[in-house]
Amino acid sequence: MPDVRQAVRERIVLDVQAVSKHFGGLRAVDGVSFSVRQHEVMGIIGPNGSGKTTMMNLISGALKPTSGDIYLGERLISGRPARDIARAGVARTFQLVRVLPSLSVVENVMAGAVFGHKRLWGREARKYAERQLERVGMAHAVKMPVSALTYIDEKRVELARALASDPEILLLDEWLAGLNPTELQTGIELIKSLRDDGRTVILVEHVMDAIRSLCDRCVVMSSGVQIAAGTPEVALADPEVIRAYLGDDHA
Amino acid sequence: MSRRETVIFALVAAAFALLSLLPFVGSAYFMTLSISVAMYGVLATSWALFSGPTHYISLATAAFYGIGAYTVGAGIEALPYPVLLLIAAGLGAATALLVGLATLRLSGVYFVIFTLGLAEFIRQVVTWVQNNFTGSRGMYVLTDLTDRHIYWQLLALGALVALVGWAVNRSRLGFALRIIGNDELVAAHSGIHSARAKVALFVISGVFASVVGAVMAPRFTYIEPSIAFSPELSFQVVIMALLGGVHRLWGPLLGVIPFTLLWELISASFPTQTVLLLGVAFLLIVYFIPQGVVGLLEKLKRKDGGHA
Repeated sequence: MPDVRQAVRERIVLDVQAVSKHFGGLRAVDGVSFSVRQHEVMGIIGPNGSGKTTMMNLISGALKPTSGDIYLGERLISGRPARDIARAGVARTFQLVRVLPSLSVVENVMAGAVFGHKRLWGREARKYAERQLERVGMAHAVKMPVSALTYIDEKRVELARALASDPEILLLDEWLAGLNPTELQTGIELIKSLRDDGRTVILVEHVMDAIRSLCDRCVVMSSGVQIAAGTPEVALADPEVIRAYLGDDHA
Repeated sequence: MSRRETVIFALVAAAFALLSLLPFVGSAYFMTLSISVAMYGVLATSWALFSGPTHYISLATAAFYGIGAYTVGAGIEALPYPVLLLIAAGLGAATALLVGLATLRLSGVYFVIFTLGLAEFIRQVVTWVQNNFTGSRGMYVLTDLTDRHIYWQLLALGALVALVGWAVNRSRLGFALRIIGNDELVAAHSGIHSARAKVALFVISGVFASVVGAVMAPRFTYIEPSIAFSPELSFQVVIMALLGGVHRLWGPLLGVIPFTLLWELISASFPTQTVLLLGVAFLLIVYFIPQGVVGLLEKLKRKDGGHA
């Protein structure tokens, strides 16, 4: 696709350099390096326990790396507290969806607009939050209490909250997990539309269809180590990756 | 300011103006009751400013209150009274800042215990200092201030706490605290400096409690640590605020008024069982009306709306 994407291909938004995270003797992430370019959707995949979520937590600042550096543009963000990283322009959703139960739907989204990268306030923040809700197909729910939402709608609200900070990079931690087949299609379409908007995204995902249709490139992890990288076709065909997922017999 | 807010503002101002006329109509006993209601009103409202949104139960009210009372007690011979109020506010703020920075990283239960211990700790230190260096157990606070002066000061503090609470609620700080109270992890990942927001509110509520203590000191005439740093006060404030409801600015007041009146009755009829009855009241409130009177009212209103 030699379109707009091509022209800005070179600008690196996130640069992960030899990052490790050890919990006692366990090397949850071990010397992983990759970079994400602007407008790119990058997938992090791998079997359960391979360190994907830990990697997300390292980028978003929920955890501090044991060694290695993470740069957002020119800024060193690894080792900074999560709030600083959020303000610098990293927004995330959580593996187990986290909405704010005593706030209304629009207030949930305003949290991102008010305190995140964008830092709006008052009417402006509310309007911006409403637009993000519209963006994820939740315009009807602006005034609803969070308790009235279905699971996928909670996920959409969480996504809208992340979008409301207008992040440089958006981290989606298994955002599609737990959706039924119909919802899954809606979800994939939604993320695809973010991609078309030019959002830079890292997604951790188990759903292979989603990986193939959404990701420009992906990194495959196994036991904390990066075992392959490249376009989904190339990476998923790698013998090492097949071995990690299915065992030696299939490689 | 919206139209609705202007109306509310005018009504509240009128209510305070009316209340300020009370000393001219009632008996001395009525003034005593009004002072209690005003005092607990300020304490419970300012307590809820911090504890309402964060869900951190602070039992430090008595510590701040005692600091304020002792500031006036110790300085009344040397400095003019208004200066002492300022010093009390300053000491309250400094203590709250120190305690806040040290403890607000603690999770709920540890914070509760720490704040309870704080009041006790300061009380023991004051007792020790008095026994060893001043040679007396307490001190006299002799001023020309009468009950009505004290009442007016408390009323002014009440207006101030309402104003501050209103300003906080509509500020970024207030919004941040509501998010923190819901989910600290989301707060952090949204870009909120949780510790700073919590400390700011803890300082505000600490300052109010200290100034209330300072204002009340002349009323005691004689203060000693067990009066100024009474742990019962901390518990009473918590119970009243919870009874009223802490997620609305005016909520605690709905707990303060009935509770203070009830307490008058109880302490008159069962003077030796007060602490026991305090415990029973606490259990009943937490069990039956966890959202307070405000929550009850809102529930009734919703039900009403459902039928209509």
